[in-house]
Amino acid sequence: MTTRIAPAPAPDVSPIVSMDMITKTFPGVKALDQVKLDLFPGQVTALVGENGAGKSTTVKILTGIYQPNGGTIRIDGDPVVLATPDDASQAGITAIHQETVLFDELSVAENIYIGHAPRTRLGLIDKARMHQDASALLTEIGAPFSSHTQLRDLGIANKHLVAIARALSVDARVVIMDEPTAALSHKEIEELYELVETLKSQGKAILFISHKFDEIFRIADRYTVFRDGAFVADGQISDIAENDLVKMMVGRSVEQIFPQTNHEIGEEVLKVVGYAHPTEFADINFTLNKGEILGFYGLVGAGRSEFMQALFGITKPSKGVCRINGNIEVIRSPADAVANGIVYVPEDRGKQGAIIGLPIFQNITLPSLDKTSRKGFLKLAEEFKLAREYSQRLDLRAASLDQDVGNLSGGNQQKVVIAKWLATQPQVIILDEPTKGIDIGSKAAVHEFMAELAAQGLSVIMVSSEIPEVIGMSDRVIVMRDGRIAAEVEGDDMTPETLVRHAAGITTPTEGAAA
Amino acid sequence: MSRLIPVRETILAAAILVLLLLISSRFAGFIAPSNLANVFNDTAPLIILALGQMVVILTRCIDLSVAANLALTGMVVAMINVAMPGLPIPVILAVAVLLGAVMGAVNGILVWKLSIPPIVVTLGTMTIFRGIIFLISDGKWVNSHEMSPAFTAFPRMELLGLPVLSWAAIITIILFGIMMARTQFGRSIFAVGGNPHAAVYTGIDVGRTQFWAFVVSGALAGLTGYLWVSRFAVAYVDIAGGFELEVVAACVIGGISIAGGIGSVGGAVLGAIFLGVVKNALPVVNISPFWQLAISGSAILIAVAFNSRSGRTKGRIILKSAEATQ
Amino acid sequence: MTTAPQTRHVPDRLNSRAARIFKSWEALLLAVAIAIFVINSFASPYFLSAWNLSDATFNFTEKAMIAFAMALLIISGEIDLSVASIIALASTAMGLALQYGAGTPELVIIGLTVGVLCGAFNGFFVTVLGLPSIVVTIGTMSLFRGISFIILGDDAFRGYPASFSWFGQGYIYWVFTVEMLLFVIIAVIYGVLLHKTNFGRAVYAIGNNPTGAMFSGIRVARVKFILFLLTGLMSGVAAVCLTSRLGSTRPSIATGMELEVVTMVVLGGVNILGGSGTIPGVVIAAFVMGLVTFGLGLLNVPGIVMSIFIGLLLIGVIALPRLWAMAAARRTP
Repeated sequence: MTTRIAPAPAPDVSPIVSMDMITKTFPGVKALDQVKLDLFPGQVTALVGENGAGKSTTVKILTGIYQPNGGTIRIDGDPVVLATPDDASQAGITAIHQETVLFDELSVAENIYIGHAPRTRLGLIDKARMHQDASALLTEIGAPFSSHTQLRDLGIANKHLVAIARALSVDARVVIMDEPTAALSHKEIEELYELVETLKSQGKAILFISHKFDEIFRIADRYTVFRDGAFVADGQISDIAENDLVKMMVGRSVEQIFPQTNHEIGEEVLKVVGYAHPTEFADINFTLNKGEILGFYGLVGAGRSEFMQALFGITKPSKGVCRINGNIEVIRSPADAVANGIVYVPEDRGKQGAIIGLPIFQNITLPSLDKTSRKGFLKLAEEFKLAREYSQRLDLRAASLDQDVGNLSGGNQQKVVIAKWLATQPQVIILDEPTKGIDIGSKAAVHEFMAELAAQGLSVIMVSSEIPEVIGMSDRVIVMRDGRIAAEVEGDDMTPETLVRHAAGITTPTEGAAA
Repeated sequence: MSRLIPVRETILAAAILVLLLLISSRFAGFIAPSNLANVFNDTAPLIILALGQMVVILTRCIDLSVAANLALTGMVVAMINVAMPGLPIPVILAVAVLLGAVMGAVNGILVWKLSIPPIVVTLGTMTIFRGIIFLISDGKWVNSHEMSPAFTAFPRMELLGLPVLSWAAIITIILFGIMMARTQFGRSIFAVGGNPHAAVYTGIDVGRTQFWAFVVSGALAGLTGYLWVSRFAVAYVDIAGGFELEVVAACVIGGISIAGGIGSVGGAVLGAIFLGVVKNALPVVNISPFWQLAISGSAILIAVAFNSRSGRTKGRIILKSAEATQ
Repeated sequence: MTTAPQTRHVPDRLNSRAARIFKSWEALLLAVAIAIFVINSFASPYFLSAWNLSDATFNFTEKAMIAFAMALLIISGEIDLSVASIIALASTAMGLALQYGAGTPELVIIGLTVGVLCGAFNGFFVTVLGLPSIVVTIGTMSLFRGISFIILGDDAFRGYPASFSWFGQGYIYWVFTVEMLLFVIIAVIYGVLLHKTNFGRAVYAIGNNPTGAMFSGIRVARVKFILFLLTGLMSGVAAVCLTSRLGSTRPSIATGMELEVVTMVVLGGVNILGGSGTIPGVVIAAFVMGLVTFGLGLLNVPGIVMSIFIGLLLIGVIALPRLWAMAAARRTP
C-alpha cells in the first residue's frame, strides 16, 4: 500500500508558501482557528482532515476567494494579501478544484487561457498563439484531444486534463489539487500520479487534498492534519503510520467496525425483471427480500445510480417490469414509487435530497402530506408530531424544527432526507452512496442505523463504491459493469478481490460491447 | 470538430433564405438588392439593440428597459437639438451614447451591488425612464420642423451607397464580432453565463461583468435613440413602445439561450433580420400587417422549442462504448 | 465509536408567531400602505370620500385577481408574461360570440374558457416540452394579442348587453362593487390554497428546489400545469370584468398590464426567483399600488408620472432593506 515513488526531500529547504496563524470566521462558525500550513518546493503536502476540518476553506483562502480574518500568508518569506483570485494567480498559486470549474461553451484553449490569454499588439486575444501554446501543453500532459475541441464534447477525465493544463499554463509555483481523483478511473489516476511527479520535478509545491489514504501514502512527501478548523500536526509521511494519521484526524482511534447483521431475511419483496434503458443499462434482473441489505458495487459510471433512478421512476426504462409483493407494478414517477413503498435517498443531497429553503418539518412531511392532512388541507400539529417522531429517531441535531434545512450540516441534512422517507413507512429504501462525504463518526452512525432498519424488516438497497462498506454491510452484493450485472455474490464469496475483478471485468471475458 | 459550422445559425440563415424565396415567388421585387438594402436599413435599430441584449442575456440577465432608454435618450437629444440647433452631430452622438450608458449603468449597479434580480430592476427602470420622458417633455412632441436639418439628415446620409443607419448596424456587428471572440471581456461574458461558479474561481467578477453588459446594452440603446428620433423626425413619450420584447424575441429566435452562456453575434443578427424580413414582407404579399405580432410570437415559440431539442445533452452512451472502462 | 442513541429535544419553533409577523415583509408593506393613506388624506380633501375610494379600487381589483394566481406561479419558479394578451384574446372571443348573439352567461363562459385554454397552451410548452416559461410567455404574449389583432384589426366590438355590465360596473351594496366582492373571494381562495393546503406546500417545495421536490414524489409538471391553468382562468375572469367595465373590446385592451401584475406580486414580497411569498403580501401590495395611483390622480398627476412612483416603489422596497443590511454590516466589522 505504501510504496512511495520519490525519496523524502531534503528538510532544509524553505517553504514557498506558508500560512501562519490563519483564522477565518463565518457568522456563528469558526472555520479556521489559527492554523499553519507550509508548502515546500518539489514536495507534495497532503492536507488531511475530516469533513468540516477546514480543508476547503484553506483552499479558498489560498486562491483568493475568501479573506482570512487574522494571520499572515507569506510567499518566499514576504507577507502577501491575496485579495482576489487574480492576486492568487499573480502570486503563482493555482488550483485544480474538486468540481470541474470550466466552461462548456468555450474551446479547450479558451478554457486553459481564460483570464491570461496571449494578446496581439492591439490588445486582442491572439488566437493563433493561444492554440499553439495550448497544444504544446496538451501534448506535454499527454491529452488525446485538440485545443479546438469544445469543452462540452469531452468526458469528465479529459476535462480534468484541461484543468491541469490550465494550472500549468499560468506557470504556477504552487498547485493545489482538491480531491483530484474523485471522479477518475484507475488508469486515469495512474496518469495523474505521473503528472504529479512531473510537477514535483519542476520544483513546484503541491498541496494534495484527498480522503483516500492509499493515495496519500503513495504520492505525498509531507502531511498536515487539521481537525475542527484547528491545526493538529505536520511532518514527513515517511515518519508516520496510517493508523496514527487517522487517530490525529479524528482525535480518537477508529477501527472500521460494522454492526452485527443479525436480522432475519424474509420472503421476496421486490423482483426486477429485464430492466433496460437505451443508453444507461440493460438486462437488470434481481430479487430483494424482506429485511435484507443488498449491496450494489461497481466503478463510477457502471450505471448503478442510473438504474436506481429508473427503479424510483425518475427516468423511464425502455423495457422491464418490477414485481412488488408479488404484484406487477408500473412505476412511471417517483410518486408511483413512493406509493409502492420504494424510496430513494440520492447521492446529491443538496440538489436532489433536501429542499433547502423549506423548514425541517416541512422537508420531513413532504411525501407524507396525505397522512398529516385532511382532504388536502394542512394540519400543522400533525406535521410537527410526525417530524418530531422521526427527527428523534434519527437523533437530528438542530435548533428547531422550524429552521431552514439549509442551515444544517451535511450529516444532519442526510438525516432529514432519511427521516422524510422513513416517515412514509416504506418497504424498500435505496441508499445511494449514503456515507460519501460524511465524517467517520457519522458514517458509523449511518451503518448502525441501516442495520437497525433491516432488523425491523425493511429491505435496503445500498449503492456504494467503498469495498469495506459493501462487504461489511451487505447480505448479498450485485456487481455492475458497463450498465449490466456482472456478478451476484454472497457469503464468503464477498471478498475485495472478487468484487474488484467483477467490477473491472477481469475474470469473465467482456461480452458487454453489444447494445 | 463537430462545431466548425454553427448549426443553429446555419438553419436560421436557411430559413430566412427560404422565406425570401417564398416572398419572391409572390413578388419578385422583394429580393432586388435595393429592396433588401432597405429591409436591412429598416432592421438596423433592431439589430443594434439585439446585440446589446445578447450580451446581457449571455450573462444570465435580461434588459427590459432598452426601449424606454431609447425613447428617453431620443427625447433628450431632440430637445438639446431644439435648444441648440448648432451643436454638431458628433457631440449629439456622444451625448446619446453616454446618456444611454449611464442608464445602463443604473441597471447594472442595482444588479451588481444590490443583487436585485435583473427582471425586477429593468421592469422598474423601464417605467421610470418612460415617466421621466413625460416629466422633461411635459407630454409634448418634438416634431420634425423643430429639429435642425443636420440632425434629421444624419441617419439618411449615404456612404458607399448605404445610409449611415445601415453603417451603424454594420459597424456594431463588426465590433461585436471582435469583442465577443477576441477580447477578455467577450470571453468573460460567456464564462459568467455558462458557469458563474467557475467564473469566480477563474478570477472573473460575475457582478462586474454583468454591470458592463448592462452598460453596453444601455450605450447601444442610447445610440439607437438618436438614430430613431432623427430617422422618424419625431420624439414623444411612447416611441418604440413594447420594442423591448421585439428585441428579446430577436435574441430568442437567434438561438441565444435565456439561461445564459449560449449564443452568438451571428445568431442575434439573423434573429433580428428574420423579424425584419417578416415585417417588411407582409404588406408586399398582401397580408394585413396585423398578422405581424402573431407571426413573431409563433416564431419565438418555434425557435425556442427547436433550440432546446437540438441543444439537449446526449446521454452517456456507456452501453455502446467498449472503451468506456478498460 | 458511534454517537450514543440519546434522544435530543428539538423544539418545534424558536420565534413566537407574533415576532415573526412583526418582522415580516408584510408588516413593512402595511406600514407603507398606512403611510400612503395618511399622506393622501392630508394631501387632498377628496381622498376620504367613500365613493372616491370605491372608484379607486377599480385601479387594482382586476390586476390583483391575476396577481394572486401569478403569485403562486412565481413562487413555483415560473412566470406568465402573457396574461394581458390572454385578456385581449378572451375579450375578443367574447366580442365575436356577441356578434353571433351570445347572451351574458355564454359570454362569461367563453371568456373563462379562452383564459383556461390559453393557460393550457402555456402550460403545455413549459411542462410537457420543458421550455423556460419566460420565453414561452413572451412568445404567447405576442401570439395571443396577435390573434386579436388579426380578428379585429383597427375595429372594436361594442354593444355588450346591459346585464353583462354588472360584472365591471355593478354594486353589491352601497359603495361595494361586484369587483370588490370578486377580489375578496379570490384573495381568500388563493390564500387558503397557498397557505393551508397540500397543493400550496407543493408549490413552495417546487419553487425552492424543483429537482428535490420531484425526488420527494411530488408531481412537479402536474402542479405547474395547474398553476398555468389557474393563471389563465384568472386572466379570463379579469377579461370579463374589464370588458364589462369598458363596454367594448379593442385588441390593445389591457396593454402592459402584465408588467403591473408582476410588479404587484414582487412588491407583495414574492421572490421573483421563486420559493417564497404570501397572499396577504400581495393583497397589501394591491392596496399600496391602488392608493398611490388614486392619491396622485386626485392631485392631477398624470398616469405616466405615477408609473415612476410604481417603478421606484418596486426597486426601492427591495433595494432599501439591502442597503440597510449593507450599511449595518459595514458599521460592525
